[in-house]
Amino acid sequence: MNWADLNLMPALPEIFLLAALSFILVLDLFIPDEKRDVTYGLSLLTLAACAALQLATFEPFATTTFSGMFVDDPMADIIKVAMYGVTAAVLVYTRQYVADRGMFRGEYYTLSLFALLGMNVMVSSSHFLTLYIGLELLSLALYALIALRRDSAAGTEAAMKYFVLGALASGMLLYGMSMVYGATGSLAISEIAAAIASGHSNAVLLVFGLVFLVAGLAFKLGAVPFHMWVPDVYQGSPTAVTLMLGAAPKLAAFVFIIRILVQGMGELSGDWQGMLVLIAALSMMIGNVAAIAQTNIKRMLAYSTISHMGFLLLGLLAANEQGYASAMFYAMVYVLTTLAGFGVLLALSHAGFECEKLEDLKGLNQRNSWYAFLMLLVMFSMAGIPPLAGFYAKFAVIKSVVDLGAVNMGFGMVSALYLAVFAVMMSLVGAFYYLRVVKNMYFDDKQSDAPIVVRGEMKVLLSVNALALLVLGVLPQGLIELCIEAMRQSLAVL
Amino acid sequence: MSFPLIVFYVLSAILLFSAFKVVTAKNPVHAALWLVLAFFTSSGHWLLLQAEFLAIALVLVYVGAVMVLFLFVVMMLDINIEKMRAGFWQHFPLAATVGLIMVAEMVLILASPQAHLAGYEAAAPLAADASNVKVLGLQIYTTYLMPFELAAVLLLLAIVAAIALTQRERKDGKYVDPAMQVEVKAADRLSIVKMAAVRDEPVINETNEPQA
Repeated sequence: MNWADLNLMPALPEIFLLAALSFILVLDLFIPDEKRDVTYGLSLLTLAACAALQLATFEPFATTTFSGMFVDDPMADIIKVAMYGVTAAVLVYTRQYVADRGMFRGEYYTLSLFALLGMNVMVSSSHFLTLYIGLELLSLALYALIALRRDSAAGTEAAMKYFVLGALASGMLLYGMSMVYGATGSLAISEIAAAIASGHSNAVLLVFGLVFLVAGLAFKLGAVPFHMWVPDVYQGSPTAVTLMLGAAPKLAAFVFIIRILVQGMGELSGDWQGMLVLIAALSMMIGNVAAIAQTNIKRMLAYSTISHMGFLLLGLLAANEQGYASAMFYAMVYVLTTLAGFGVLLALSHAGFECEKLEDLKGLNQRNSWYAFLMLLVMFSMAGIPPLAGFYAKFAVIKSVVDLGAVNMGFGMVSALYLAVFAVMMSLVGAFYYLRVVKNMYFDDKQSDAPIVVRGEMKVLLSVNALALLVLGVLPQGLIELCIEAMRQSLAVL
Repeated sequence: MSFPLIVFYVLSAILLFSAFKVVTAKNPVHAALWLVLAFFTSSGHWLLLQAEFLAIALVLVYVGAVMVLFLFVVMMLDINIEKMRAGFWQHFPLAATVGLIMVAEMVLILASPQAHLAGYEAAAPLAADASNVKVLGLQIYTTYLMPFELAAVLLLLAIVAAIALTQRERKDGKYVDPAMQVEVKAADRLSIVKMAAVRDEPVINETNEPQA
């Protein structure tokens, strides 16, 4: 490699993000506590600038740089712009919450930006080594964020659990990667794909590594049977951080899976399809059934996340462009819904009070009918009731499974219809606990008269966010076409 | 059996044993010392692979710097690990069984003729004057430039996270801010409770029998 050949343009947003975050890190030392809003404003400004740079350097095809380790394709561009938006929304939603709980410190913002940088690297890597470093950047920032409220025993416990299980998952992922390296002789995703396609690689070693890779990915995604950490971590973390780790990282994890399983090992789709079928079916079942028994709404949303990850995998296991596009659409809609749902919970929390029990939502309609309506939109969208975006997302992934005809389960082909019917049944089971929240809000008497005080910018953003679910549900065509086009352009090369 | 193969097996046996002792040692200082042995032995593995620079780096960085710091921390904090992991030995047999079954399964797959690991050739020996450092340096600063920079970012993040999590005001600190002392008002220190000036006469229960 020659220095003159090094094209930094595709990585411009990441380089800017790193520079801006280092600047904020140092500047924050000189800001007194009462002017911490400067850090907050600068972080938002950085995110806006990153999004602008991302759009300015947009190319409708894939470009690679850093000796092919960094790839900038339309899929990465779209997901990254979405992640900037989501992170900005998270910062706005949590502004008051962190201030009430002694977390309104510079570290909260720099760690969030570090996490975003890690996600960006995950999304844009085309090499196992950079994929792994991106994942560790994200995870390390999240461990610290969860434990940031040091006097909270639940937070420390959640951070510890997440740390230990995350390390285990990283170990599995690395072990799988080393096996794949042994079989193909390379860590670069394009070379792995070429080696598998040539048929000269060691098939036993490949599948052996694939099993560990899928297990590690399922761990990170929080899919059954590797889901044990999700409810505890969601419940134990401060709600602000729960939102941080439940929103944008799911988008990054989706691209992470696409890069490893589809772009790297797409030839082995016959082998991983069966594994994903099992994981998806179990996730939908256990997630939806266990959520019914929860009284803590954060825990309930954690189980609901597990079931949503099952639905996301439905799109992936179709192993065709339409399936991937529908999974991408599902991930985007899921993140938008989660954002609005936790946004309402954050709006209802105030100093000394955490809105995290199902009873805390009782009679919300009497207290403030607008927030009750926004929460209703979120719950209907999660349950998949038309005309909300969640319905169309579920429809798209189930359609991609039905179109498949039959799935390869390893022991033979099984009709995909069974899986589709099972998914519909499970989403019906899930509707129960989503609608219970709506019943609590509209048909029960209020439990408290505490006024709901929300900062102006959050009120506007939260309303736009929840109403976007309605708009996307009525007019999903634009976003889904964007997803299909991005998938077509991104999977064509490499 | 060739000499390098014998060395490999001896080193591996020591490595596995010391790693096992790290987990099971009752005294945290002993665990740290076993970890030193584990690192040292694995640097022997690097040497067998003709990666002298990595072997030396492992000894210098891990054995020399990281583990010594680790020992300091363990000694200063005086943690009673045995109390923290009550129930460890109770669950140990089950964990060991699961682990052994997993190892056996993996060995069965990898040792099967279909895996034909024997087909892999040993790496050709390097020339006598080949320089590890030069090759590594060239690779790190050209092909692997991006992971190298990202590893630096990871270290920066680790510093920020460690400081954010550990820096706090001492609970037993005697430091007071004079400005805050001056600003104190009576209401901050003293609470006045309103009470009725006259209290009702207590009712005496006359049926009460005198205690024996």
